[in-house]
Amino acid sequence: MSFKDWFREDRLPHIFCTGCGNGTVINCTLEAVEEMGWIRDTTVFISGIGCSSRAPGYITTDSLHTTHGRALAFATGVKLANPRLNVVVFTGDGDLAAIGGNHFIHACRRNIDITVVCMNNMIYGMTGGQGSPCTPPGAISTTTPYGMCEPVFDLSALAVTAGANYVARWTSYHVTELTKAIKVGLDTPGFSFIEAMVQCPTAYGRRNKLRQVSDMVTYLKTHALLLQKKQRMEEEGETVPADMFAVGEFVRRDRPAMGVLK
Amino acid sequence: MRKIMEGSHAVAEAVRLIRPGVISAYPITPQTHIVERLAEMVADGDLDADYITVESEFSALSACLGASAAGSRVYSATTSQGLAFMFEVLFNVAGMRQPVVMSIVNRALGAPLSIWNDHQDSVSCRDSGWFQLYAEDAQESMDLHFLAYRVAEDHDVLLPGFVCFDGFILSHTYEPVDMPTQEEIDAYLPPFVPVNVLDAKNPISMGMYATPDYYTEFRYDIDRAMDRAKDLLVTAGRELGESIGRDYSGLVEEYRLEDADTAFVAMGSLCGTVKDAIDEMRDSGIKAGLLKIRSYRPFPRAEIAKALSGVSRVAVLEKNVSLGSAMKGAVGPEVKDALWGSGIDVFSYVLGLGGRDVRKKDIAAINALSIAGKGDMFYGLREELI
Repeated sequence: MSFKDWFREDRLPHIFCTGCGNGTVINCTLEAVEEMGWIRDTTVFISGIGCSSRAPGYITTDSLHTTHGRALAFATGVKLANPRLNVVVFTGDGDLAAIGGNHFIHACRRNIDITVVCMNNMIYGMTGGQGSPCTPPGAISTTTPYGMCEPVFDLSALAVTAGANYVARWTSYHVTELTKAIKVGLDTPGFSFIEAMVQCPTAYGRRNKLRQVSDMVTYLKTHALLLQKKQRMEEEGETVPADMFAVGEFVRRDRPAMGVLK
Repeated sequence: MRKIMEGSHAVAEAVRLIRPGVISAYPITPQTHIVERLAEMVADGDLDADYITVESEFSALSACLGASAAGSRVYSATTSQGLAFMFEVLFNVAGMRQPVVMSIVNRALGAPLSIWNDHQDSVSCRDSGWFQLYAEDAQESMDLHFLAYRVAEDHDVLLPGFVCFDGFILSHTYEPVDMPTQEEIDAYLPPFVPVNVLDAKNPISMGMYATPDYYTEFRYDIDRAMDRAKDLLVTAGRELGESIGRDYSGLVEEYRLEDADTAFVAMGSLCGTVKDAIDEMRDSGIKAGLLKIRSYRPFPRAEIAKALSGVSRVAVLEKNVSLGSAMKGAVGPEVKDALWGSGIDVFSYVLGLGGRDVRKKDIAAINALSIAGKGDMFYGLREELI
């Protein structure tokens, strides 16, 4: 079985806009799932609402497309009812950090044995580009026409603090690293959180002088700072630019997990 | 001033004229165009309000409740899943007697996921203590907001209300709309004078425990206020007509009912289609008419009984389904109750769910079904899918 076998080609064309980063993240996830040797019969993809949450609809396994923000609550039920299932949640910054924030921190706290792949496009893409909790300060959205004035959530830092066993962040540019991180996440007992920064040229880039797809990917590439480098800069007293974000593995640990088969 | 406007933008303009102090909303299709336009107005200084970009609909209505309790006129808009998520707060807003007004851009409820229009979302909130008005076109979608605030904030009422209009069909289409002036709306809708207000000089607690000795009377009070809202909708609707030239004194509205054999009953944009279908039926000798329900809550029982007293049969067109009920639609039983003892047949027809088009020929077909005594059913099922 190759990772292409996981796709429901009869559902194509997909709904993602030209240049959307979500397809890359789905590819990386399925590549990782394939490398794990998982099979369709025991793998479930679960999602909430938003562009990211359309992903399970294009995958051949069983899936639950649930309500906005609640994917983790549904996934917790699935995993505890049948711990033999490999449970993967696709979500986005609006779904996970805003309306589903409560479920996120409690899933981390319980350290339930599921893997969450979050496509963070820094905007509510599906509804046309309203500001989300991950819209960077100053960024233009339809609800922040003169720039976002609220601070952002650092989702990976939140997951680390709340208790997840594995947390990593990459971007849609870092395909190899992202795939590897997802694979480690799938392989780690307990709650794994992989944040994938993705481009949304339609709802985000268009309003923020990043209209071309390549502009947005370049933005992600040039604003991603390897965690080790960031730490070194901080140790040496260098100022880390405010618009840079760390990428890499933030935590890998062995806290007691829920839903792990003994 | 007449302008060609998108329905959502007409509603946003109405809200600007109403001058809310706090707007709190969460994006959901097809409501987004309203709140995006309001966010722009606030950012541009065209509307002196605080706009809160909350993290969910639950927070949106909760923030509205808080702001209203602090004495501000507030506004929110939502639909479908968002309204369902607000369900708990709906009862709190009504119970604390805060006159919050919300636009409901009607959309179907999942699962399966649907972003398209029907009335299941607002109809399912029937018993929450919010009055519910339904608009037929963009103009009415705009105007009913003025009426809703006037009625909600009246000290004899103090109830929250929905202004419901159909997702996409009205929210995303362009129509000529006559915009009232700020002076007209200021005169019609004076500044909000709160009654149940958080005030350190006169401290009160809202929403505290009511023991079994007290709870029922709180619910009774809301029901009495709903009765008074019914009277006020008539007088305030008439005054709105005197102010802006469009009369909204009717809780129901009749169309060619005078000598009708079949009376259709409908709410929302569907009424426009039904009127066209009736004109065609009348041209071919079929005597049909329409009773449009503008106010679903409070329910205009006496007005319906009076308007339909001369017809032979009633076909209630329902963009909702009360699953497991005898008549299938939620509105039908109340229309039947209004006509109890009259001998007039009343049937419900569930149609237009999840955005399925309702065409003029469907209305004609339903007329034939009602004449044959067939009703209380889903209309237009795709048999090949069952």
